Amino acid sequence: MSANVLFDAPGPKARVRNIIYTVIGSLAVIGGIVWIILRLNDKGEFDPDLWGIFNYSGIRQNILDSLVATLKVFALAGVLSLVFAVVLCVARLSEHRPVRWFAVAFIDLFRSIPLLITIFAFWVGLVGDMEPFWALVLGLTIYNGCVQAEVLRAGINAVPTGQKEAAYALGLRKTQVMATVLFPQAIRSMLPSIISQLVVTLKDTSLGFMILYPELLQSARLIANNTPVNGVYPFVQTVTVFGVIYISLCMILSGIATWLERRGRRAKTGIKVAAAAEPAAVAEIVDTAPDKK
Amino acid sequence: MKLRKSAAVAAAIAALSLTATACGGKEGSAGDKPEGPAKSGGKELSYTVKKDVSVDSSVFKAAKKRGKLIIGAKADQPYLGFEDQSTKERSGFDIEIAKMVAADLGFSPKQIEWKTVDSGARETAVSKGDVDLMIGTYTINDERKKQIDFAGPYFHAGASLLVRKDEKDIKGPESVRGKKVCSIVGSTPLQNIKKPKYGAKVTELSKYSECVAQMLNNQVDAVTTDDAILMGYAAQNKGKLKVVGKPFSDEPYGVGLKKGDTTLQKAVADAIKAHQENGDYKKAFDATIGISGSEYQEPPAFTDPK
Amino acid sequence: MDVLLDNLSLFREGFYGTVKLTVVSALVAIVIGVVIAGCRVSPVLPLRIFGTAWVTLLRNTPLTLLFLVAFFVVPKVLYPDLDSFVLAVCACGFYTSAFVAEAVRSGINTVSLGQAEAARAIGLTFTQTMRLVVLPQATRNVVPPLSSIFIALTKNTAIAGAFDNTDLFNVSKTLSNEGYDIVMIFVWITLAYLIITYAINGLFRVLEHRLEVAR
Repeated sequence: MSANVLFDAPGPKARVRNIIYTVIGSLAVIGGIVWIILRLNDKGEFDPDLWGIFNYSGIRQNILDSLVATLKVFALAGVLSLVFAVVLCVARLSEHRPVRWFAVAFIDLFRSIPLLITIFAFWVGLVGDMEPFWALVLGLTIYNGCVQAEVLRAGINAVPTGQKEAAYALGLRKTQVMATVLFPQAIRSMLPSIISQLVVTLKDTSLGFMILYPELLQSARLIANNTPVNGVYPFVQTVTVFGVIYISLCMILSGIATWLERRGRRAKTGIKVAAAAEPAAVAEIVDTAPDKK
Repeated sequence: MKLRKSAAVAAAIAALSLTATACGGKEGSAGDKPEGPAKSGGKELSYTVKKDVSVDSSVFKAAKKRGKLIIGAKADQPYLGFEDQSTKERSGFDIEIAKMVAADLGFSPKQIEWKTVDSGARETAVSKGDVDLMIGTYTINDERKKQIDFAGPYFHAGASLLVRKDEKDIKGPESVRGKKVCSIVGSTPLQNIKKPKYGAKVTELSKYSECVAQMLNNQVDAVTTDDAILMGYAAQNKGKLKVVGKPFSDEPYGVGLKKGDTTLQKAVADAIKAHQENGDYKKAFDATIGISGSEYQEPPAFTDPK
Repeated sequence: MDVLLDNLSLFREGFYGTVKLTVVSALVAIVIGVVIAGCRVSPVLPLRIFGTAWVTLLRNTPLTLLFLVAFFVVPKVLYPDLDSFVLAVCACGFYTSAFVAEAVRSGINTVSLGQAEAARAIGLTFTQTMRLVVLPQATRNVVPPLSSIFIALTKNTAIAGAFDNTDLFNVSKTLSNEGYDIVMIFVWITLAYLIITYAINGLFRVLEHRLEVAR
């Protein structure tokens, strides 16, 4: 249902009312923003000296280094989690009962434990010695792999059974059916959810601060804590700058999702791409967890 | 959709321009800083690096092979263990001690790989070998001795209280009843001050510097931890904060190292002893926590490695 | 077993802390989430923009960053002297509200067109249409995703442990500082989280079942 079905094309009275609401609404939103800006100004948060710290090449280099560190973890964990998801998903759909049960138990368990604890457990060495980098990558891989596996399963279940039957009728083996018929369609239809879970993966790299991995947020905290200017700790400034970085990264990823989705829709295959709605909305329609952190 | 797309493009441009500008920009150190590397009489402190050192210890041998000694340090404690975020230079008393030890083990300051380790993660970092040595306001106590070994003590601190300059009510641990006192998660002074005897309300954060920021925001009334740390913050925020009361506990600082490595433990202890005797220790003290107001005390006697 | 028995009161406190934070944040998230979802489909443009901005901002920011804002920016700039529990609820609740809003919005999208058209035909206003016709029907479709959102919320509260809130994760850190075996600590903590997440799961199953019958 698109939004415009929810209300009538406004008549003269409603139009006036809508204009009034628009004015009040705008005033409220603008008023809120102005109020926050005024408060910030009152507290001297717009002092150029405070923002000046980001003009230093050292600080910029620092941010760049941690950005690279974050992206490194994200890239590796993203790829590995997808690979792991495919494996788990196949196991979850297996005809052998023990394998299926194992997959169900594994997915259920790791989706219920806070990622923070999984990462911490890997780091303190519950399963062998591990560098912070690998603890972070492994934790992210397992957790997001479980979520992505459920997304893929939902995608495969959404492929019309006729497809599978036709493939078997052609004499394809199970592996071939999976690899050439089911997965391509499942991945295409679930692409928006997969990408929105990748956004979650990207955000979750920030949990590296717990285990001394020098990612973006770790360096944000150190900059805010260690660079007081005229006796003021630049929390507002660092939070703003790092917030913009995170939001940009996530929006770029979501942008890619939207683009892919549109491309997918153009290629007319039998099944519908999950929805025309926003990627994340789809993630939530699917019965799987849009687990996020 | 259109809005989304243009927003994404704008965001991409913002991110790109940010990374592009990473090169260039002002040189030097941002913000108010404690002095950079410790200086004495205008000269940077330096220690003679010993050659051909050999210690029969697996940790040492691994470090030698690597060509780098990995030392865990604090990064947010001015005059003790501090890292300038724009120059990545470390400074402070613990840093100097680390350099002395490294020099006697045959590692020049350039061969030290620093790792920032927060208080809560120290035992883990040492026991699983993420760091070879941990030198960061590390109090020797029995619980920790179960997991790691210590060389030292090389310094005696004591828990104290840091308050805002205009604070009148808090004069010491006896007068914190009902006040909000901040420290880091699970720290010992915090456990003490929570007890009915003192009756403070506690706030637990993960860094002392965050406690200090909260105090400047009037979110908490006092910060408690070792006096040397607090004096560093007081000096960093001159005219805004002060340390009150007498120390109400004894915190002997040691160098944390892997459990059972007695040869390295002895080598580290000998190194510190040697530098205490040749005057480097006092020079380092005067150039770091001496500036922030700690009074020089004769180094404590070492507890013998078992 | 020793770890648990020796520190039963600490575990209880942590468990209670996690549950309390989860429940209160969930309530906050539902209220704000529904309002924001309403904003996003409303006829008033500024509200739609506001709703979109809210969701985009909060969904793309790591929760830890929101905690930094709640603990270091809010007290300084907006209101000083808030309790750390309130601040943690703000961070967790606001963050989750963006996800709730998206779930509600996609739930609204699944209600068939005829329903809203019929509602309009009998002369209901936008608010009435939403309140009496669309939202009650959307609820059915919103419940399953909400369950996973709240399970995620439970796990997210672990971050609050680093910001002056007693919760399960915090307990694990305190105990490992006291020198207990880390493996056993983790086993118990994990078990505690499993209890909470399964309880939420069960609760929502029941809810789903109920709503299905009501259809």
